[in-house]
Amino acid sequence: MKRRSLDQKTYYRGVPTAPYDLIKEITLALGVLLVVVLVLSAVLSSPDVPPVTIQSWAKSAPLDFLQTATAELQGSTISADYGPPYNIDADGLDPSDTGASVQTWGPLAPQLWAGVHQPINAPETDVIAPLRLASVGRPGLGAALAQYQAAGTLKEQTWLTNYQKALTKATANGPLVRVPAGAYGPVNVMMQALLADGRAGALDSLLLHSGRFYVTDYTKPLLFLADGGYFPGLAQTQKLTGSQWGMMNETGRYPGQAWLWLYTLWYQIPPYSTAQNADLLVVLTMGLLTTLLLLVPFIPGLRDLPRWLGLHRLVWREHYRLEREARRPGGGGGGSTAR
Amino acid sequence: MSAEPRDDTQGPRSWTGSLRRLIERDLPIEHLLPDREPAYVGSWVYVFGVVTIAALILTIASGVVLAFFGPQWWHVSPQGHFFNSLHFWSVQMFFVFMVLHLWGQYFGQGWRDGRATTWMVGVVVFLVSIVTAFTGYLSQQNFDSQWIAVNAKDAINATGAGAFFNVLNFGQMYGLHVMLFPILIIVLVGLHVVQVRLRGVVKPPVEDRP
Repeated sequence: MKRRSLDQKTYYRGVPTAPYDLIKEITLALGVLLVVVLVLSAVLSSPDVPPVTIQSWAKSAPLDFLQTATAELQGSTISADYGPPYNIDADGLDPSDTGASVQTWGPLAPQLWAGVHQPINAPETDVIAPLRLASVGRPGLGAALAQYQAAGTLKEQTWLTNYQKALTKATANGPLVRVPAGAYGPVNVMMQALLADGRAGALDSLLLHSGRFYVTDYTKPLLFLADGGYFPGLAQTQKLTGSQWGMMNETGRYPGQAWLWLYTLWYQIPPYSTAQNADLLVVLTMGLLTTLLLLVPFIPGLRDLPRWLGLHRLVWREHYRLEREARRPGGGGGGSTAR
Repeated sequence: MSAEPRDDTQGPRSWTGSLRRLIERDLPIEHLLPDREPAYVGSWVYVFGVVTIAALILTIASGVVLAFFGPQWWHVSPQGHFFNSLHFWSVQMFFVFMVLHLWGQYFGQGWRDGRATTWMVGVVVFLVSIVTAFTGYLSQQNFDSQWIAVNAKDAINATGAGAFFNVLNFGQMYGLHVMLFPILIIVLVGLHVVQVRLRGVVKPPVEDRP
């Protein structure tokens, strides 16, 4: 059976053939496409909006920066209580707390299966560790940090809650933030130092500090940026959020990943658009549709649809015309040499 | 009991000899590089596959230049930015014509007469290409990369794959984009083309209308 399907002589018996130059065709295609791509590149270029840095965030939106950093210290941001692969039971208070961002579908929770692979302890990762590095040669900061860490969880949380309240009345004057006095212990000294390091650009490096010289993993600063309001605000302006078809869009008026249109579509319509586990539902839906696409040749109905629609008659109209002529009484058929 | 004399007329019985005979029988050079095709291959629908391969060649060529000079180059050099634009538009063309090719094969029922695996390998090429383009977007080192990484992580984490495929790790995404995925695409496209040349182009469906 298999042998016969590979025997082209048998398969093409009686089929008219015509000269065909494969190499010429691909060379011409390459040449024409090169011209098209050269013209598109010269006229339309390509998008390259500079990345957001911790420095640009601290300079442009210092209050948002301080609020986010304080929330990281409180453990109340998205990344602080995300779940795998970043953390589990981030606050250490509830062993059943697997993370606020863990998505499930019935009993299925694949997010939990592989566990934590890129550990993020938000208070330590985003605030304490960078400040510890930055406190060398800054006795005031070192003392504030020591006081904070010696205070115990309850006192820390009280200071942080008071500081968050004070930040709602804080005034930003350019890159500087004046916070009203309050019972927040050493927190303002720590946060103002973090803001200063952010403005100077030092925090960009401190967040990546690993003790190794080369760094290519930007998980920590990206999660920190994403927890704030500044970075998502810029994305909103560029029409890149999930509800703005952001999965397939890109900055400017460029086509982006248009091939993700079906994937993106689900996020715009119920029940996906309102589901807590929307990402998992969309991935499962696309997994099912992809499997159907892969198995089209074996699925009755799906494989017959093109025959019913009959578009192939348009594609091969000349072939069918010759066939009809050949079938007519006295018709000789067309084409050239039989193979 | 004497041993059967070996029949060496079919060539040596080695793995190499067997592979050579298989290729000679099923994929002779006139099948691989045909100078005649069935007359129905004259339709425009057959151009899409060839143009997709041409776009892939341009994508790889422009990508090789970008990879040679490193991921920072195109942000600081006008020449680099131009090569990035070439890469960008080649990828867009690649997808446009691959999708047209896919629809063309769907409406022509290209899987008929023992060609189901050819269709399936084509679909896998499409899927791998999507992941490759995605890692390319993540490797740009600009605002788009940052936002796409942050936005996409939740879907990937939800499946559990985020533990091994960290979209926030530039080094991992760049390595996959410039090395592993392109190799995979080239191998799969090569297999796809060999599958087409092995069996030849499928005949139009038999028309039962008068």
